[in-house]
Amino acid sequence: MESLKEIRTRIASVRSTRKITSAMKMVAASKLRKAQDRIIQLRPYANKLHEVLASLNEDIQENEENIFTSERELEKVLIVVVTSNRGLCGPFNANVIRQSLELAHETYTDLLQKGNLQFLTIGKKGTELLKSRKYQIVASYNELFDDLSFDKVAPLAEQTINDFLNAKYDKIELVYNQFKNAAVQILTVEQFLPIEIDLTHDKETGNLDYIFEPDKDHIIKKIIPRALKIQFYKAILDSYVSEQGARMTAMHQATDNATELIRELTLHYNKARQAAITKEILEIVGGAEALRG
Amino acid sequence: MYLEIITPDKKIFTGEVKLVKVPGTKGSFAILKNHAPIISTLEEGIVKIVEENDRIDYFNIKNGVVEVKKNNVMILAESAE
Repeated sequence: MESLKEIRTRIASVRSTRKITSAMKMVAASKLRKAQDRIIQLRPYANKLHEVLASLNEDIQENEENIFTSERELEKVLIVVVTSNRGLCGPFNANVIRQSLELAHETYTDLLQKGNLQFLTIGKKGTELLKSRKYQIVASYNELFDDLSFDKVAPLAEQTINDFLNAKYDKIELVYNQFKNAAVQILTVEQFLPIEIDLTHDKETGNLDYIFEPDKDHIIKKIIPRALKIQFYKAILDSYVSEQGARMTAMHQATDNATELIRELTLHYNKARQAAITKEILEIVGGAEALRG
Repeated sequence: MYLEIITPDKKIFTGEVKLVKVPGTKGSFAILKNHAPIISTLEEGIVKIVEENDRIDYFNIKNGVVEVKKNNVMILAESAE
């Protein structure tokens, strides 16, 4: 049996670990709440933009020349992988990486072999992992999460859109964790460009006779990139919120495990102590018997 | 007439107003009560609003679009202050 001192040291070490995990849980929880507010703030903007786009829907479909929706022969493809900068958040990052690689190896096998499949990584964890496995990373943006805001993400989104328009890439995919609630993240693969039109026509706006100024074409050209930027931002924001949720859950579990471990160790410790005392008493009694006899 | 100015990061303004003047792409124009439904892109510039209590406010906006329907005015901008 371990000595009493050994058990005592272990209990102390588990206690201090529990302190850390429970502190991390609190931090994640408060970050989660703040980030969640951000998503809620973004929602009216995104919805409204979508609504405006929907009222222009028919014109987008008629207009076959629309470069945003046209499917091209796939020669170069970009996969945008959104992970986190820090670990200790359960299977959060591993899931995204696994999904991205699955996408690369199964859907774009040929392109990968020819070296025409590139990655853009957001988040240190993904960058490091993909780099160590020798995948082609065109760029990585890890500092976006430091102080996440639309203004910071917009230039990157713009550049990505331009890369598509200039035919640097023929297809762009986003892989990220979508936020459902604190405990659940939905791993999502989304085709960013070309746009897959899925605009349900809102009857209420459809009946109104809008004046379009300067004209529909111009508005479509202006609004689509904006909607795309929002989509991009939303993916990153979603991932950020999911990360906090995942970390909170992981740390909660770790704290629970530590508590359970401490309970077991304390029991163990008390039993060992009891045994030692009993042994000592037996020895004294035995010794006394021997003296008397 | 109800006005909302929204950016991706937050709602800048919501409330009843008498007049909104926006920098439209085809030229600046004002929106009063019972304006016809319109969707217009906006240039970088200043939005002027007159509230119900005659208070006047200005916002600098960038990359915006305005939608008017049934006395609801919605200004979506990428940044506003």
